[in-house]
Amino acid sequence: MALTPSLDNPRSPALLANNPRLLRHAGGADLPEGIQVTTLDAAVNWCRKYSLWPMPFATACCGIELMAVGASRFDIARFGAEVMRFSPRQCDLMIVAGRVVMKMLPVLQRIWLQMPEPKWCISMGACACTGGVFDTYAVVQGVDRFIPVDVYIPGCPPRPEQILRALMDMQDKIQRGGRLNGTALPEQILKEQLFEQSRSSPAARLLARQERGDEARFGYRLPGGSASLGANEL
Amino acid sequence: MNPTTAHPSPPTATASDPRLSRARALLEPVLGPTLKTSSFRDNLRIFVEPDQLLPALAALRDRGGFHLVELGGTDYLHYPKPSGSGKRFEVHYVLLNRDTTDRLILKVGVDPDNPSLPSATSLWPGADWLEREVFDMFGIRFDGHPDLRRILMPDQFTAFPLRKDYPLRGRGERHNFPRITRAES
Repeated sequence: MALTPSLDNPRSPALLANNPRLLRHAGGADLPEGIQVTTLDAAVNWCRKYSLWPMPFATACCGIELMAVGASRFDIARFGAEVMRFSPRQCDLMIVAGRVVMKMLPVLQRIWLQMPEPKWCISMGACACTGGVFDTYAVVQGVDRFIPVDVYIPGCPPRPEQILRALMDMQDKIQRGGRLNGTALPEQILKEQLFEQSRSSPAARLLARQERGDEARFGYRLPGGSASLGANEL
Repeated sequence: MNPTTAHPSPPTATASDPRLSRARALLEPVLGPTLKTSSFRDNLRIFVEPDQLLPALAALRDRGGFHLVELGGTDYLHYPKPSGSGKRFEVHYVLLNRDTTDRLILKVGVDPDNPSLPSATSLWPGADWLEREVFDMFGIRFDGHPDLRRILMPDQFTAFPLRKDYPLRGRGERHNFPRITRAES
């Protein structure tokens, strides 16, 4: 019997076996109890999302909160992500926790390139997301300008619960095949297009330019493009 | 509590200051009988010229028992008052005598057109990284330094960020990196 995402409880074999409507989805195949049929992608993504190995790129106080998440009170092991490894070759989830200065950014990029595929990135805290209060010549104003970021965590520093929330969002994104909104359902595609539209509208670009800094005012060089970085990506 | 002892009046660099008289005795063979000094609270500053710097430091080290505890730079570009030496940059050497607990600050004005000073690494090897930091932040070269490289900023950096005419947000150096996209990594 096939599993479709719209089922209420797709993992209950008893429910599937006793429901003739669900059996029709599987083409009428009669499977023994305890056997589920799914796509390989869904099964692999399910394995991946519950065995994330984080690479803690902790450069500031956010790293302390990250340690708290690993400790017993919050216990990131409940989500299968407790295996923090300090070699990027062994990790598939980079957590950038703290400010990144321009001397550190080549190191960050190199570590990101050293991580094997598939890999994901969480930008944790105000500094990693936007530079935070450190709007100076040496501090990178958001790591997403230079490496891809999947989930952002606001806060200075974020509460451990926020990190767990971000991890659950990350798991959701991984289960959906790498994109938070997925591409399967027409209404999700529509929602994605609406997001894209709203982010690329002139008003949104203006807002982003105001929020993302006023480098252009001083005639700074912007190799990554103008201050509306990110408007063309999901 | 007696308020006069709780808040003592700031000592000034007067002739009655015992630290000044001790320093004068040490520095007279090098700088002559008149010292250019200033003071703020208990800081006693002595201004020297660049060519007098090493002899003055050597006299304080060899005959006064002072050692170097701090070395740093200052840019007086937009400072409301002129600097003590009249120059745009100043480098200060904070010296400490642990026997008498005397602290002296030697200040040297640096010409902005040719910002260079003799290196104090021949007297105190510990001045090595301190002078590298002053070079990194202000662009002041120290002649005779064994390894005058940047110490804080990356080697590719071209500006001297603590100079007051350098913008706080930089000149775009923090954005000058390749962008790694999802497709490339």
